[in-house]
Amino acid sequence: MIAEKPRTVKEYKTPVHINWCPGCGDFGILVAVQEALAELQLPPHRVAVFSGIGCSGKTPHYINAYGFHTLHGRVLPNAAGAKLANRDLTVVAVGGDGDGYGIGAGYFVNAGRRNIDFTYLVFNNGVYGLTKGQAAPTLARGLRTKSMPEPAIQDSLNPIALAIGSGYTFVARGYALDRKGLPKLIAQAVHHPGSAFIDVLQTCPTYNDLMTKEWLEATVEEHPRMYQLSDEGYDGVVADPSSMDEIVAKKAQAMTKSYEWGDHVPLGVFYQARLRTYEEELEERMPQFAETPLVHWDVAHRDVGELLEALR
Amino acid sequence: MSSSVVVNNLTFKMGGEAGQGVESSGAGFSKALARAGLHVYGLQDYMSRIRGGHNFFQIRASDRNVQATESAVHLLLPLDTLTVEEHLQEVVPGGAVIMDTPLKIDDARLLDRGVSPVRVPLTEIAQREGGNKLMMNTASVAVAAGMTDMPFEFIEQIIRENFGGRKGQMIADANIAVARAAYDEGAREFGPDFGWKIKPLQAKPRMLIHGNQAIAFGAAAAGCRWISMYPMTPATSITEWLAAHHKKLGIVTKECEDEISAILMAIGAAHTGVRAMTATSGGGFSLMVEAVGLAGMTETPLVIVDAQRAGPSTGLPTRHEQSDLQFALHCSQGEFPRIVLTPGTIEECFNAGWRAFNLAEKYQCPVFILTDMNQSTAIRAIDPDAFDLGSVQIERGELLTDEELDALTEPYLRHKVTSSGISPRAVPGHPNAIILTTSDEHYENGQAVEEAPARIAQMEKRMRKLQLAASDIRPPLPEGPEDADLTLVGWGSTYGPIHEARQLLEADGIRVNHVHYHEVWPFPTAATEALLGGARRVVDIENNYTGQLALVIRMMTGINIPNKILKYDGRPFTGDEIVRKVQEGVLARV
Repeated sequence: MIAEKPRTVKEYKTPVHINWCPGCGDFGILVAVQEALAELQLPPHRVAVFSGIGCSGKTPHYINAYGFHTLHGRVLPNAAGAKLANRDLTVVAVGGDGDGYGIGAGYFVNAGRRNIDFTYLVFNNGVYGLTKGQAAPTLARGLRTKSMPEPAIQDSLNPIALAIGSGYTFVARGYALDRKGLPKLIAQAVHHPGSAFIDVLQTCPTYNDLMTKEWLEATVEEHPRMYQLSDEGYDGVVADPSSMDEIVAKKAQAMTKSYEWGDHVPLGVFYQARLRTYEEELEERMPQFAETPLVHWDVAHRDVGELLEALR
Repeated sequence: MSSSVVVNNLTFKMGGEAGQGVESSGAGFSKALARAGLHVYGLQDYMSRIRGGHNFFQIRASDRNVQATESAVHLLLPLDTLTVEEHLQEVVPGGAVIMDTPLKIDDARLLDRGVSPVRVPLTEIAQREGGNKLMMNTASVAVAAGMTDMPFEFIEQIIRENFGGRKGQMIADANIAVARAAYDEGAREFGPDFGWKIKPLQAKPRMLIHGNQAIAFGAAAAGCRWISMYPMTPATSITEWLAAHHKKLGIVTKECEDEISAILMAIGAAHTGVRAMTATSGGGFSLMVEAVGLAGMTETPLVIVDAQRAGPSTGLPTRHEQSDLQFALHCSQGEFPRIVLTPGTIEECFNAGWRAFNLAEKYQCPVFILTDMNQSTAIRAIDPDAFDLGSVQIERGELLTDEELDALTEPYLRHKVTSSGISPRAVPGHPNAIILTTSDEHYENGQAVEEAPARIAQMEKRMRKLQLAASDIRPPLPEGPEDADLTLVGWGSTYGPIHEARQLLEADGIRVNHVHYHEVWPFPTAATEALLGGARRVVDIENNYTGQLALVIRMMTGINIPNKILKYDGRPFTGDEIVRKVQEGVLARV
């Protein structure tokens, strides 16, 4: 085998001007995605990035890979269709918390059930940034960001718990400005066979004056507010995927952990299991699906004469 | 009773509660008639419920290629009293009603109308010969076959096939015993007095097929690899057929959480390079509208079937209408090219099924196939060569090959401005063509744009595709004399009844022609002006309230069609109904 020059982060960058606000957490996520792709040494023409609408929706414009900037809330079905059409592609879907947990909640839940081999990153900043800071589904009751006239009077949802309930087989939380940890976490998610989900805490310096860099990175009673789950010996990985007991136990553990918030904000992998993917199910139904990606099957004129005869 | 005998031209109507086997018996009998070489047109009518209610199956058998029902019924096969109450008035004098002996109907009511009560102990025969009174529907059909002299072998053959396999052998034997006894009684006791007969014709056995199957056959022939959908009457049977043969055809059939997901998945698959479609009815189509614009903006080739039903909202969920034409033409915000096909026969459904994929890929835009409840469910016996399989061609438009991409010397531009408006298309997978696209307005390279000149260039580029597409659209089909006194205009599934109405009017000595639109957008303006510009009297015939095609014709040509026959009661036209309305309307005003 001819040794190729290793791919660097630079290969995944584009010269396009980035129009996020100065200091936006999205910059951190963008770099982390690019670093993860470099770490996995994926050629850009084998990577497809899909996005919804909002500040996060601009992400594919800034990555040198296939990009499809779709509709508000609808990124997951679009990405699913593409992945099943061409299994050779590494598919990464991105969107905001309003996009994924509000208008796209139905798709978020149903994508989890399928366990298609792709990665979904939600840029969670608690607000609708691009429309000037309205409360998103992740803003807790009683909180009021600077653009809201009154505090929120409904509860936030718990993305980690929802993802586990929906069936995602890799469920994690990251932090946009975690320079070391986030690229590794994203690489882990992309590498995971099945639907991987990361809720990425993202600072919005323009509209969210509550979940700020300072608040997240603060030390509470001599401990950093954010900590890595692995540091306290938490193990969310299902060792024996054939054991329903273990799956249920690990899911219950992750659910409980997902409610930890406030003085302690855990980061890392809450739950992971190697379960059958949708593609593997399809292979069983259609053996030819295993051999060649759908897109490479010959689009020649099919002979349907025999099936027509059967109607006699 | 009857002085003359009519051969091979009659209508059977079987009715009963949902769950009584109306559909299966009707389908089986239709198949037997088709095997006997007859033309068959079968219309199902059912309610939105799983059990109970009133369903019927109307079968017209003829030596002519009939493509619609007629109002007259010659032989009524009620499995319950409600069927008699609902349909007795349709039975012509000399006709008959086959009833189980204990069915609580006053025979005098039939006799007053000149209709014969045919009393046969159907349940008793089913119990005695087959050991199961549920087989009374088989008995009823067999009496009809006996009365019309239809050879028993056709009934026996279909029963054998329906209960195939070793396990079915006993059930088949039991049903055949029931059928034989009922057939003999029908032939012996009631055949001599019944004036309509079936005589097998020397014809190649025909295939029974409905419009949705025909669309599915077309899509399958065109190399469709993907259908994602959400169940909705009457579109579901397209996917059902493809799913039943998905292994052989190599098609991924995906049931989604809703129609939005269904169309988005299809867009994702189509963007990635597979031929992809979705199928729905009006309510689901309403949900898809946002994504139709996405396909338009990102120039994704996509096929969408809208099997129309009576709206608005949930409307009459199992009933017929053609009221989504204007919706399909205008749906989704902004302006972008689209193509709308409106097939009106089984053959046209097949053609639309494969042509839609070619048009979608050539013009890189959404293509709609508008069909409807009637066409989706009505079965017709077609000749073995009705589908011109040889004419199916795969045209993928300006899709760049790997070799062409290898040879690229400049950066690939997905939305390149060209004189035709068509940008050579690449799909993900080649290092020389990293593609970016977005629902935002964009530059040629797919990056989002706000500046006016680039916006204008892309807008005009996209819309320009319609000019070329217009030359690819098949013009309306004229039938009948060019210099007719009366011109009947329709689109989609009204083809059958209008076709028959024209023949009936012609037989009355009226010079009449028929202009049938089977591909509506881009609108065939020049052809319309030529066909209708000088027409003497024109009647627009549609299954909607507003005369939607007439509105399009007026919008595009200025030709106003004040005479309209519009029907929106959830039921399709019959040919004789159109004749009556023409005679009472436009012809009465001469």
